[in-house]
This record gives sequence, structure tokens and C-alpha cells, in this order.
Amino acid sequence: MRLLAKMSWLEMKLFLREPLTVLFALALPLLVLFVMGGVFGNTAEEGFYRGIGAMSYYVPAYIALVTASVGLISLPVHIAGNRELGVLKRYHASSMPAWIVVGASVITTFIVSLVSASILVVAAMFAHDVNAPDSWLIVAAAFAVSALMFAAIGVLLGAVLPNARAAQALGVLLWFVLLMLGGAGPPPEVLTGAMDFVGQITPLRHAVRAVQDGWLGLDAGLSWAIVGLIFTSATAAALRFFRWE
Amino acid sequence: MSVINVEHLEKRYGSFTAVSDVSFRVEEGEIFGILGPNGAGKTTTVESLQGLRSIEGGRVSVLGFDPVTHAGDIRRLIGSQLQESALPDRMKVWEAVDLFGSMRDTGPDWNDLLADWDLAEKQDARFGSLSGGQQQRLFVALALANDPRLVFLDEMTTGLDPASRRVAWELIRRIRDRGTTVVLVTHFMDEAENLCDRLVVVDSGAVIAEGTPQGLIDEYGGGVRVRFTNGGEDLGWLRDVPNVTDVHRDRDRYEVRGDGPVLAYVAAALVENGIAPVDLRQERATLEDVFLTLTGEDE
Repeated sequence: MRLLAKMSWLEMKLFLREPLTVLFALALPLLVLFVMGGVFGNTAEEGFYRGIGAMSYYVPAYIALVTASVGLISLPVHIAGNRELGVLKRYHASSMPAWIVVGASVITTFIVSLVSASILVVAAMFAHDVNAPDSWLIVAAAFAVSALMFAAIGVLLGAVLPNARAAQALGVLLWFVLLMLGGAGPPPEVLTGAMDFVGQITPLRHAVRAVQDGWLGLDAGLSWAIVGLIFTSATAAALRFFRWE
Repeated sequence: MSVINVEHLEKRYGSFTAVSDVSFRVEEGEIFGILGPNGAGKTTTVESLQGLRSIEGGRVSVLGFDPVTHAGDIRRLIGSQLQESALPDRMKVWEAVDLFGSMRDTGPDWNDLLADWDLAEKQDARFGSLSGGQQQRLFVALALANDPRLVFLDEMTTGLDPASRRVAWELIRRIRDRGTTVVLVTHFMDEAENLCDRLVVVDSGAVIAEGTPQGLIDEYGGGVRVRFTNGGEDLGWLRDVPNVTDVHRDRDRYEVRGDGPVLAYVAAALVENGIAPVDLRQERATLEDVFLTLTGEDE
């Protein structure tokens, strides 16, 4: 555990030494929040955004989106890049256990997501007068499972993709598809049949639901189960396919 | 007890056979060299010993463990400096040494390690800002961070300037002198000749010679060489001088090969014919000559 703590602390410091990555993780959600907030405001309207104000809808959705962006882009680029450079081989030859290397990356990802989501929530409450969540506890739990789910997917992508460039390209592509169809972009109500279907099977849609329903005091039982299922299968696949070089 | 015992190691990558037949033993406390041209299978061999590769044939034991089934046990007891590995560019030198040292309870203090390898001033520098030589020295320091019984150094002086290489050689001897066995992979002949207690020469995936540097030189060095320069008529008659086996001439430069007291006979014969070259000298064969003879790259 001491080694895991040391490795995680080191990963955290390495992350903070990459100004662009930090900017991407912390500033992008804020940028999206202010642009969308400026465009759509927070007035409730029947038939859109589940009948609540756009910002009341989007803030919980962006919490899930933050976990997706860090998990789908930063994490796989980090892992695949370290394999490409021979960093993982270096660790392996020194008998560093795989679970420490992966665990430290996941912990770092989780902390970055947490900080980013917290900044987002505070900013939204001040700027757009978004209601406080019905249950902080459920929102926190939903955040945690979606962060873990996207981290598991991220480790899997980092394991199977050959290098940092491939991880970056695929990560950004997936993130955009999820943004558009997963419920963090256009409201799900305006998506037509095929788009809605694809939206339904994206992990983000269910992560958004889990956070949103906790925020609004609704019951998102099924989405929780789906997020849990994706987390489990992605973790199993990541363990199966993890390679040092 | 042998620290490493390799019998008929075989390793293929798909249809390509990287190592076809490698056998050797490494004894405790020696510097053992694996010498060979690029692509000979040196790195594949040592990576197999470290449990980083599957193997297709043969028997291997490292510190009493099988690297295929007990890779973890081996890696905890060895240090390794790998080719083609790296650290994150933004990791600082002290952080790397601290991290690798903390994988085992005992081990040297990282301040001492950095001082030993002349990196103390660089402890706050990022890995990416180090020169090639500094990165190499850091990797060697990391290989020693867990106080290993056996270290593998793979082309460790590649990229070092001549002065740094000499310093590195001294440090490798120091590693051996404190009781750690060293396996040194290199394609530098002078390095092998200066450092190794024993070595194998590997070519095309197989061991083609084994012995001490001097033993190999005696066996394959091609006898004694006498060199001098002389203009004028051809001195082909030197072939008839006792103990001479061959005479090579390149413009005015002569190389006379032979054995035993060939230098004395050649000198006498030259003087008798009124020739007294000022640069007449006998040259000792080096491991490089052995290597070129063995790998057939002499022609």
C-alpha cells in the first residue's frame, strides 16, 4: 500500500507538470458550462431536458462528462504512451506489480475527475443558480461509479492501443460520440431513432442518468446496474489484455 | 554455485529465430560478458533470463529459479538496466531513485546512489532534460536501487563519452567488488576485454566461443603481429624467415604474422639486409581480432 501511495503521489505530480493536460481536464468542462449556460439559461420548459431547466439538466450531465473525458482520453494516452516509451518495460523489469502501475493511474484519474467536477458544481451554483442536489450522497456515489467505469474503459483502451497517438485519436472520437449522443450534448428527447438507440448503448447515457437522478431525487436503478456491468466487464478485459511492452 | 545456468536456450519471434542455441554458466561474483554484433541475440538472451520473454526451448535457471515460472522471484533479486526503456520525461531524478528503491525494504540510501553515479547535482532535474550519458547512469543507479545479488547491464556505455565510459567501468568493478554478480552485454571489445572475468561470444543466435578474454585471445587472436613501415622494394622474402607465417603489405605498411620469437627473427633479417625501420613493433592481438576471426567479418 505504501508503494501504491508513493506511485499515486508521483503520478499526481507528473500530471500537474503537464500544463496542457491540466488545462484540458479542469478548464474544458467550465468552458462548456459557460457557453451552454449562456445559450440555454436555466428556465424550465415542458418536453425538453426532462422538464427542468437546461442548466439543472446539464450540470449533473457534465459531472458524468468530466469522468468520461479524463477516463477516455487522458488515461489511455498516459498508459499507451508509457508503454510506447518503454516506461512500463522499465517498471516491469524492476518487479513493479501491474496493479500498482494501473492502480496509481486510476487513483490519479479519479482525483482529477473529482477536482474538475467539484469546480464545475461550485461554478454552476454561483453562475446559474442551479438547485442543490436532492441527495449529495447519491450524487457522490454516482460520480464515483462513473469515474471508475470510465477509468476501467480507459485502462482497457490504454492496454490494447499501440501508442499515444492512437489513444489520443480514438479517445477524442469516442468522447465526441458520447458527448453528442450520450445525453451531455443535445437533449436525448431531440435525438431520432438510430441516434437515440446509439445513445442508449453509450456508457455515458447511463452515467448521466445515475448522477442526474441522484441530483433530482429520481430512481435510476437500471442505469446503476448498467454502469456496474460495464465497469466489471471493462475491468476484466483490461486485466486480460494489459501488456508491459 | 552457479548464479546463472543456461542450457541450449532457444527463442523465436514467429518464424524468426532470435536465439537458436545458447549455453553458459555465470559464477557468483564475476563480471560475465555477452559479446556479439548487433542482432546476434544478446538482448533477447538476457531478457529471457530476466523473465521478460517466453522461451521455446532449453533450460534456464537464474539464482535457482526458472525465469518462466518464477519471474517475479527473480526480478526481486536482480537489478537491470534495459535497452529501449525510459522514464516519464517529467519525472525527477530523485523521484525515480526513491520510487525504485522503495520496491524493497533494504537497499542503499538514494543520496548515496546518486553520489556514486555522479548525479547528486542532477537530483532535481527532470529525466527528459538529462543527457544520454546521464540517463544511462541513472538507469544503472536504478538497477542497484534494490541492492540486487545480480545485475544485468545491457549496452550501458552506449552513448557515453570516453571519459564517462572509463568512470562507468570503474563503477562496474566496484559493483562486482561488493559481491554482486554482473552480466554485461556489449558490442564494445575494449569494454569486454577490460572488464570481463569470462565471456561468451554470440553470433546469429548461438554461442561461438567461451572463455576468459586472454584465453580467447591466445586461442583465436591469430598469433603475433609485427608491424613496421618501409618504402622501396617488396619484402616478400620475409616469408622465409623462421616463425613467420604470413606477410601483408599495404603500400609501405607491413604486417608480419607469426608465432613465438618472430619479432627477433624479423628484426635480425631486416638489419642483415640493411633495413632498420624506426617503428618496428610487435602488436598484441586484442579481443577485437578474436571477434573478427570468429564472426568471419575480417574479409
